[in-house]
Amino acid sequence: MTPSEIEKIFRDEAGRALATLIRLVGDFDLAEDALQDAFAVALERWSAGALPDNPRAWLVNVARHKAIDRVRRQAVFRGKQQALVHELELNAQAPDEPPAMLDDDMLRLIFTCCHPAFAAEVQVALTLRTVCGLSTTQVARAFLISEEAMAQRLVRAKQKIRLAGIP
Amino acid sequence: MQYLLMIYQNEVEYAKIDTGTSQKMSAEYEAFTQSIIRNGNFKAGDRLRPTTTATTVRVRDGKTLTTDGPFAETREQLGGYYLIEAKDLNAAIEIAARIPSARLGSIEVRPIWVYDR
Repeated sequence: MTPSEIEKIFRDEAGRALATLIRLVGDFDLAEDALQDAFAVALERWSAGALPDNPRAWLVNVARHKAIDRVRRQAVFRGKQQALVHELELNAQAPDEPPAMLDDDMLRLIFTCCHPAFAAEVQVALTLRTVCGLSTTQVARAFLISEEAMAQRLVRAKQKIRLAGIP
Repeated sequence: MQYLLMIYQNEVEYAKIDTGTSQKMSAEYEAFTQSIIRNGNFKAGDRLRPTTTATTVRVRDGKTLTTDGPFAETREQLGGYYLIEAKDLNAAIEIAARIPSARLGSIEVRPIWVYDR
């Protein structure tokens, strides 16, 4: 496969894969980082050989393991997170879910991003960034504000999801 | 998760309500409190005396300064609180909406900062 073909798959699958990962790991930033790790692995593997039957499931699976690795690295210092690692490992043993489940995750993510505990402009920005996969720069341009201001807004929103327990 | 539900309302307006309404309100509060105790959401909760009884304390340059008040300068004042245990923000909002004062003033829902160590 050529890098441009692989890039197209990334673009098509990123949103849904991320939505599933957020449900599985329960943390926006961890899910985003793990998916980037999975893309890096995919770029290497797929350009060398054949594409897996279900690229999205493959990406989610690899990213899930990458997330476990990341949490495990942090867990050395924090006993509490070992419970999370254990839980993620249990989930990781479950068979790959059919694509229909992934669409549920997408819907769930839209509800999280558009939670009424956020102001309307935050709901839209968060959805464009997370669900639609626009870059922070693109979202900032749409709102006619600086990239730093938008980045700040998105960081605060993601923090609120985690700290205020938005489901 | 634990949340602090802070009850804000205009205490000057609230002081003006007639005895009947006030008793009805107290009964509603009693029923609400009992229901969240039964559901295991209740951790703590109190009504506060009005801001006319408040004292504000500051320490500046090692000296303790006290001032009377704050009085009802803002539109709504903190009149009471509940500390609750709830599954997530949706559950906390659902409980906050059942506080009788939510219909008159507003309830601020704040997650409790948990220290891991």
